[in-house]
Amino acid sequence: MSAGAPSGSALALGVTDLACARGGLTVLEGVSFTLRAGHALILRGPNGIGKTTILRTLVGLQPALAGSVSLPAEAMAYAAHADGLKATLTVAENLGFWAAVYGTDRVEDALHQMNLVELRARQAANLSAGQKRRLGLARLLVTGRPIWVLDEPTISLDAASVALFAGVVRAHLAAGGLALIATHIDLGLDEAEVLDLAPYRAKSPAEGGMASAFDEAFQ
Amino acid sequence: MIALLIRDLRLAMRAGGGFGLGLSFFLLVAVLVPLGVGPEGATLAKIAPGILWVGALLACLLSLDRIFALDFEDGSLDLLATAPIPLEGVVAIKAFAHWLVTGLPLTLVAPVLGLLLNLPGAGYGWLVASLALGTPALSVIGAFGAALTVGLKRGGLLLSLLVLPLYVPTLIFGAEVVKRGALGLAVSTPLLLLAGITAGVAALLPFASAAAIRVNLR
Repeated sequence: MSAGAPSGSALALGVTDLACARGGLTVLEGVSFTLRAGHALILRGPNGIGKTTILRTLVGLQPALAGSVSLPAEAMAYAAHADGLKATLTVAENLGFWAAVYGTDRVEDALHQMNLVELRARQAANLSAGQKRRLGLARLLVTGRPIWVLDEPTISLDAASVALFAGVVRAHLAAGGLALIATHIDLGLDEAEVLDLAPYRAKSPAEGGMASAFDEAFQ
Repeated sequence: MIALLIRDLRLAMRAGGGFGLGLSFFLLVAVLVPLGVGPEGATLAKIAPGILWVGALLACLLSLDRIFALDFEDGSLDLLATAPIPLEGVVAIKAFAHWLVTGLPLTLVAPVLGLLLNLPGAGYGWLVASLALGTPALSVIGAFGAALTVGLKRGGLLLSLLVLPLYVPTLIFGAEVVKRGALGLAVSTPLLLLAGITAGVAALLPFASAAAIRVNLR
């Protein structure tokens, strides 16, 4: 399975007092958690609470307003809402590209694990929504990175595929990996811890919260 | 990085990739101008260097917005930005792929179109040389414009407005090389300036483009 994932017990993702903003508005503040090797953390919260924003902050696509994130370098693999597939490339070519970027040769393994072997020569444009999603998730296996940061990974997957994916995540955790998952759907990962983001919703400055970047710019 | 180059070239060759679009546009411009200007050889020979260079420049412009916009829409730009290759490298490779798909074919087909425009015999070598030296700058500057406008819907027009003024030095020196070459004058000064512009933008702009993408991805 994902045997190559480093299994050192030192591997951990630590978040301290993190605040992040979307569109100039602070959405979350004071978020702290620690995720150790072999564990999964599921982020929950209503729409707009900032699940995607905090994940984008963690993977470095946007700067944090405050707080710190500690993680080993080059350890993270991110799967966003969009799968990042090229419609005119085949399933195997799509995965092959990411394998080359991350310097691994796990395409076959990923195809097997995500049940995509029969679709390997099919163009991504001709896949169903669920099959595209499976291909997008197979990219995680190809990266060989130990920390998975997943944004709504099970959207448009059927029950069997959700179970398949839960199995893949479990195998990843068993091999010493970490997973941080924002989702509304129950993945069936009973061992995963759940963090509800609702208590961390940013207060407006009037309520004693921190000023947003937008306010600072106009003061 | 090689994988990214291969992917971009492969995407360009597949259906809807836009390979040949710029080339066909260049061809049409070169065919339409003699029809509009009239068949006098002397007039055409005089304007040929300018027309060929403007045609090449506009043909390059056609496919610029695809450099990053498609990757942005399907989410691959987010994933590339978090991948273990530097974003500056991504920009440089994508600009290079754009040049291979548009600039290089334009350079190779230009002599044939020079014939249509009655370019004087001495100018052909300099036409190819100036395009070979100048079109990489068009791709690199264009990639910078594409990076600036990457998150915008219908960014194509804004991209043209941003990029065309930046193309002016390349156009001036490029057309000057061909003009002087066709008249048998010394071309080394404009040729060196053209090469200097290309070398300068290729060295500096990928960093600016990567910074622009980082801001646009926030």
